[in-house]
Amino acid sequence: MIVAERKPMEEILRLVDGAKSILVAGCGGCVTVHMAGGEKEVEVLASLLRMHYKMQDKPVEILTQTVTRQCEPEYVRELAENVAKADVVLSMGCGVGVQFIAEHFPQAWVVPALNTKFAGATLEAGVWAERCGLCGECILYKTGGICPVIRCSKSLLNGPCGGSQNGKCEVNPDIDCAWQLIFDRMKNLGKLELLLEIEPPKDWSKARDGGPRKVIREDVRL
Amino acid sequence: MKAGSNLEKVLTSGQFAVCGEMGPPQSADGKVIKKKAEYFRGFVDAVNLTDNQTAIVRLSSIASAHLLLEAGVEPVMQMTCRDRNRIAIQSDILGASALGIKNILAISGDHQKFGNHPQAKNVYDLDSIQLVQILKNMRDLKKFQNGEEMKVEPRLFIGAAANPFADPFEFRVLRLAKKIKAGADFIQTQGVFDIPRFKRWMEMVRDMGLHEQAYILAGIIPVRSVKALEYMKSEVAGMSVPDELIERMRKAAKPQEEGVKIAVELIQQIREIEGVRGVHIMPVMWEQVIPQLVEQAGLLPRPRFEETPEAAPVQEAAKA
Amino acid sequence: MEDKPGEIKVRLCGRSGNGVMLMAEEKEGSAAFPGFEPKIVAFACYYCAYSAADLAGSMRIQYPPNVRIIELPCTGKVNPQMLLAAFEEGADGVYVAGCMEGDCHFLRGNLRAKRRVQYVKGLLDEIGVGGARLEMYNLSSSMGPRFAEIAREMTERIRALGPSPLNKKAGAGRVQEDAAGG
Repeated sequence: MIVAERKPMEEILRLVDGAKSILVAGCGGCVTVHMAGGEKEVEVLASLLRMHYKMQDKPVEILTQTVTRQCEPEYVRELAENVAKADVVLSMGCGVGVQFIAEHFPQAWVVPALNTKFAGATLEAGVWAERCGLCGECILYKTGGICPVIRCSKSLLNGPCGGSQNGKCEVNPDIDCAWQLIFDRMKNLGKLELLLEIEPPKDWSKARDGGPRKVIREDVRL
Repeated sequence: MKAGSNLEKVLTSGQFAVCGEMGPPQSADGKVIKKKAEYFRGFVDAVNLTDNQTAIVRLSSIASAHLLLEAGVEPVMQMTCRDRNRIAIQSDILGASALGIKNILAISGDHQKFGNHPQAKNVYDLDSIQLVQILKNMRDLKKFQNGEEMKVEPRLFIGAAANPFADPFEFRVLRLAKKIKAGADFIQTQGVFDIPRFKRWMEMVRDMGLHEQAYILAGIIPVRSVKALEYMKSEVAGMSVPDELIERMRKAAKPQEEGVKIAVELIQQIREIEGVRGVHIMPVMWEQVIPQLVEQAGLLPRPRFEETPEAAPVQEAAKA
Repeated sequence: MEDKPGEIKVRLCGRSGNGVMLMAEEKEGSAAFPGFEPKIVAFACYYCAYSAADLAGSMRIQYPPNVRIIELPCTGKVNPQMLLAAFEEGADGVYVAGCMEGDCHFLRGNLRAKRRVQYVKGLLDEIGVGGARLEMYNLSSSMGPRFAEIAREMTERIRALGPSPLNKKAGAGRVQEDAAGG
């Protein structure tokens, strides 16, 4: 899922400054799962905003609405009524949601309440970690299911650098060295010799480096 | 001869090679390079120029290498994968060769978080093994990474780095094998302090016959204070520093002298290990130590070949 | 000696079989905020805190009338929205009282509550209401006097902090009961 984190209140208040009516828009997708921008988080943020404006003695209207997903036109359109009432739409969706709302309501001023961070998974309740680099050409079959593109801080494709120590990355002792993990896994699976092949330079044009990407399925188009 | 560099000649003639290292200045002052060249001339076979080492912006390694060449000392130009993509890298390889630089060392490069511009975007379009392969194919096949041919190919002596002390220990020799398979002619290792561990690594290297496929040079880092040694033990990833050496430096009445003594002993022990073809001395901010260190280690005189530029008279190393 | 504002006068008034009867007389307001009587909401779990409150009552231990108790099946029921709503509805201070750690009837409800209280304290600091107005306490059902002590402690703390910034502006927001005195 896409994992995001709420911006500091100070920043959010700056982004909505001057508005007389704010729509706090939640998303029932990924941000609900990792508790960053779902219905409950919308309630909390709305409460904090109301408190702020009360203390400032400013009459600002706070509207709230959470849709199933902010990355789907049918659901985003459900926001229409509230979007029309609001001076600013404070989206608690990921970067995709913020943009999609803006795309569908060109007259609306849409700002993000969250900083979108990565595509990742839940390690345990309350801990989410990055896993996929969205490189466009998956090579997980070469490395036992551990991604060197995103889990190695240097995206090395042929083994660890000299900074790998005790299974940790030189950049941060909390980060496992991806190549240590790959090596251990491949050894356990008895496929170590696959790592001896030289992996040629990656085609980064399939990743974001090639420009914004699109996927089209002609068989599904109406 | 692949490149005909001085380093290559020393190694192919079967002699024990000595490399030095210099960190370019963090300024536009090229004169620093010429000044430091004097500590190396006649004492080493080639001098590494680091490439924005520890991700700190310095005078570029290609420019530094050229300045060193002008000063009559042979450079080993280091190239990292951190700051440049394959277009800039191949371009710099062509440029280096055109400027007369013959030795290039390909490394991954320290992550930018260690440096003075941690917010920079890191490139890592290639890793060091892919870079070695590109160097080799440019030289031997006259081909760019995309397969296109070039009229005049760079003539290079290709180096790569190896760390016998980083993890996973078992994989280190396999990674070395990959680098040599990719085309590395010579290998420079991380600084050696832990001789027993280095010996174990060399044993694994010899088992795979790698010592005969590439020239292995052991890294030597002379230290002048116990703090430097302690720093390396605790802060630098991939280093193994035995406590006895730290104790020796701590107790030493004259730490600088002790530091030189330790380095000399390490060099002597390393010379006895089968398969080691030279040393790579990295005098971090202590280039002045080179003349006495090389002399005390019994590594003088350095071999001279016909085409190498006339070495200037040996000068007394100026104190910093 | 003249009573000073903010002083708690405690008088021993005889003894019951179980403990000491205390009569607490609080002076109105505090030096910084004369006439201010805090409104405190206490979320108390049925198994421990609420029972302790009951016990305090039957022991005739008095505690400040400023505290309004809300019974929960477990403090694990507490969530950020609830705590923030209490402040929005006019509370000057809020506390969550649950079982002793390790003794929660639902095993870890009070541990979850602890983390959530910490989180909301951070939010209250972020927004300028002040995290000190919210607290987590642990006690067992037999600790009648402790319940009263906590109530007193929190009331004193909030009295010193003054009215919640949400309650300061006259006429803004929700209906409030008249503050006692001054």
